[in-house]
Amino acid sequence: MIAELGLAVLWMAAALAVLQLVAGVLALRPEGRQLAGLVRPVAVVQGALVAVAFAALVSLFLTTDLSVKLVAENSHSMKPFIFKLAGTWGNHEGSMLLWVTIMGVAGGFVALIEKRLPENTLIATLAGQAFVSLGFYAFLLLSSNPFERLAEPAPEGAGLNPLLQDIGLAFHPPTLYVGYVGLSIAFSFAIGALVTRDVGPAFARAMRPWVLGAWIFLTLGITAGSYWAYYTLGWGGWWFWDPVENASLMPWLAATALLHSCSVLASRNALKAWTVMLGVIAFSMSMVGTFLVRSGILTSVHAFAVDPERGSFILALLAVYIGGALTLFGLRASTVTEGARFSFVSREAALVLNNVMLCGILGIVLIGTLYPLLTEAMGVKVSVGPPYFNPVSAVFAIPMMLVMGVGPLLRWRQDSLEGKGAARITLPVGICALLSAAVLLGVVLFAHHIKLLPALGLAVAAGLAPASFLPLRGRNLRRTPLPTWGMVIGHFGIAVALFGMASESAFSTEKLAAMRPGDVQQVGPWTVKLDGIGPVAGPNWTALEATVAAGYESAAPVMLHPQARTFSNPPGNRTESALKTRWNGQLYAVLGEEGDDGRWQMRFWWKPFVPMIWYGGALIALGGLLALLGRVAADIRRLVATDKIAYRRMKQGR
Amino acid sequence: MNRLLPMKRLLIALFALLLAPVLASQLSAQDMLPPAPYAYKQLSDPEQEAKAQALMETLRCLKCQSQSIADSDAPMAGDMRHQVRTRIAAGEDPEAIRQWLIERYGDYVSYTPQVKPITWPLFAAPAVILLLAALLLRNRFRKGGKQ
Amino acid sequence: MSAEAKKKPGLAIWLPLILFAGFFALVIWGLVRPADREVASAFIGKPLPAFDLPPASDDRPGLSTMVFKAGKPRLLNVFASWCVPCAVESPQLAFLASKGVEIDGVAIRDRKPDVARFLAQNGNPFARIGKDDLSQVQLAIGSSGVPETFVVDGKGVIRYQHIGDIRAEDVPMILRKLEEAGQ
Repeated sequence: MIAELGLAVLWMAAALAVLQLVAGVLALRPEGRQLAGLVRPVAVVQGALVAVAFAALVSLFLTTDLSVKLVAENSHSMKPFIFKLAGTWGNHEGSMLLWVTIMGVAGGFVALIEKRLPENTLIATLAGQAFVSLGFYAFLLLSSNPFERLAEPAPEGAGLNPLLQDIGLAFHPPTLYVGYVGLSIAFSFAIGALVTRDVGPAFARAMRPWVLGAWIFLTLGITAGSYWAYYTLGWGGWWFWDPVENASLMPWLAATALLHSCSVLASRNALKAWTVMLGVIAFSMSMVGTFLVRSGILTSVHAFAVDPERGSFILALLAVYIGGALTLFGLRASTVTEGARFSFVSREAALVLNNVMLCGILGIVLIGTLYPLLTEAMGVKVSVGPPYFNPVSAVFAIPMMLVMGVGPLLRWRQDSLEGKGAARITLPVGICALLSAAVLLGVVLFAHHIKLLPALGLAVAAGLAPASFLPLRGRNLRRTPLPTWGMVIGHFGIAVALFGMASESAFSTEKLAAMRPGDVQQVGPWTVKLDGIGPVAGPNWTALEATVAAGYESAAPVMLHPQARTFSNPPGNRTESALKTRWNGQLYAVLGEEGDDGRWQMRFWWKPFVPMIWYGGALIALGGLLALLGRVAADIRRLVATDKIAYRRMKQGR
Repeated sequence: MNRLLPMKRLLIALFALLLAPVLASQLSAQDMLPPAPYAYKQLSDPEQEAKAQALMETLRCLKCQSQSIADSDAPMAGDMRHQVRTRIAAGEDPEAIRQWLIERYGDYVSYTPQVKPITWPLFAAPAVILLLAALLLRNRFRKGGKQ
Repeated sequence: MSAEAKKKPGLAIWLPLILFAGFFALVIWGLVRPADREVASAFIGKPLPAFDLPPASDDRPGLSTMVFKAGKPRLLNVFASWCVPCAVESPQLAFLASKGVEIDGVAIRDRKPDVARFLAQNGNPFARIGKDDLSQVQLAIGSSGVPETFVVDGKGVIRYQHIGDIRAEDVPMILRKLEEAGQ
């Protein structure tokens, strides 16, 4: 019953999306004016209906309704609650439904509250939104119906891959997802603005919260994903520039650039066409990422059940949306007037540099990711990995971070680094630069085994960390607007993450050892002793668990329990590494196989300051959150004020 | 015992929007032989081990297809690590070992792209991007600067 | 920055679309291309590297490079007892052996008792079987998995590599490659 309800509601929502698109397009013509009033309510109802459809699927998963094909294939009655819930979106059909749900709900929300934009632009935006949604509705309803019933209910579900039965993974993909879909809203705004040629500060302000929101989720998703890979893979790596990782990084880079160009457009009415372009690119990257992952085009056929049909469908959507948007851009961008000009030394110029560098990194990641495919088309197989991505992206990232330290201190339009007023900038920035130089000198003099990139990373981080707080200098901290705090914390987060990355690369110690119970090994400052190995059992797994006593220098030892888990439904294995976090780093322990001689393969790493990578990521997201709160609060205040005025007018009998 | 491919699959799953196909569990047969001596054992000379580690991180595990041999549990990756470590210990140059492998498996085995005509565009890319940006921005700033 | 910088819309404004079209063409090719993700050996046309493997089976001698320089083309089959496709291809190897093709085996990461059981179950088409516990020969000839079969000519030069199990329909092609190697 619930499945049929879900399907019916989904069809209704799709029909409303058609209505939203048609009414929106017609309303933009003089003869269709009277339809204009229809678009907003339709968008709201469409959002509500698709949310009901998603709720129906969630309830099917929670009750493990095995007469529904999707549930039978992806769930199991004995799974813990949280994985039943996550099972809803942990599959193709469910994740597509989640996609349209977020789009629909967000679209409804825009329709409900957005009052700044000229009505025409908003209607064009909602029509664009409906257009994008329709592709996914078609995908769902025509080829991946999540509510399909089995002729005969399955006796039991097929279960979930043990590798995926992890709390991090249950919530990591939907987090990225929300980010991807959030960028589709920015895309719709860009389309709306292109259609009506109305690109200005109001457009940037309307779009900005959505970009910020999407960006926060992308940041969290990537950070969590990186940490999850780090502790689950069992080799201590946190980023490998794998195509699938790159697929998640590219939208983030584009969104970061968009965020910054939005602020130029909102404050200074400049970078108009560029901002629109970035709005299109950011969503393109989401779609490209989705396509690359789902088509399996860049990954091994041995490792991944590829579904070319789904890949083709996404590619077709990609061609329609992105090809269409870029064509529209080509036709319209020249008629979008140029924005205000600015001097070479100005806040805008710094932000432009930021944009260029971010897009440079984006270009490098995209080219590097696709290059093996390109050479394969020419008959040669090559691999492009960290030895390419690391230095080449640094070429762009390092100048960008240097400018990041100065940019927020510059004035809009025109500033000067000479003359009497300049000391407010040159003095503090000079001190930060000295800090960087001192760190670099220290590395050269005392730790020349550290390679160039980590050394530069340490140096830049040392200067950037204090520099990111400079915008607060001379301000009344309690009256500093939230978005400024957001920027400061976000930039500081970059410095923190950079420090973590550089430190991990520069100072990590690895120890591989075959150990018998009782054996002792030295891992950096740690003394580790294998106390014993025994069996343990979890809800749906059994494991061998090592007990390792680890003592930091002369401190009392702590117990670590790395495991090798065996799952039953479906069968599979997974290593569960054990981590001990201190303020100055992390000890990482892995239990390997037993050798012929009764000794166990143990792997240990001491990674100084490695958690800073993810603390940094969290700080960046927190910065985004503060900025978002600040913007939304300002919007609400403005809305309330408008309402008050309207109310007063009404009372005065106007 | 059966740890042939989990890592690659994990990575995919990690950022995957679509988790379902990943679930198709791939049960491959696995040998019962203990790992090669230097698969999980470091060289005693830290300098040599650092060299070996740096090289292993840039060699592709041919069995797993998107992992370096430095972080794979596949037996063949273990054998490749053994090969790298023993050769380094014998005093061979890391780049010579890389070339030895490229001679056998093609450029595919090296995560460090080799500078060859086919990879020139890859190395030109950053310069082209910067040039393009400079070209597009040139007008903007010259005029702006005069204000 | 395209439209920003220029008063008149130049090519720059269409650049994104052109790049996108390139991307699109590339991935379309990627989607329709035959799913060939195997890593081919780059060592074809080159002489077998020198090796000398101990026997992996009690009733067959070990394998050294010298065998391949006897003037007659041979097959070098990289296999393992723990590999299911290797068992699947054994009838085809038996057929080839019955046609007078000399096949030498390299057992990868294997134990003698396991090899003996495998050969008892699936037949023994091999003239010699070398034991390669550290995949050294496998690495030296650019093989990246089991089973793989190499055609080696009478001078010890690798002429052809077949990746994966030999199916019945592959047999004529293998025979042809052997014949070409013999000329």
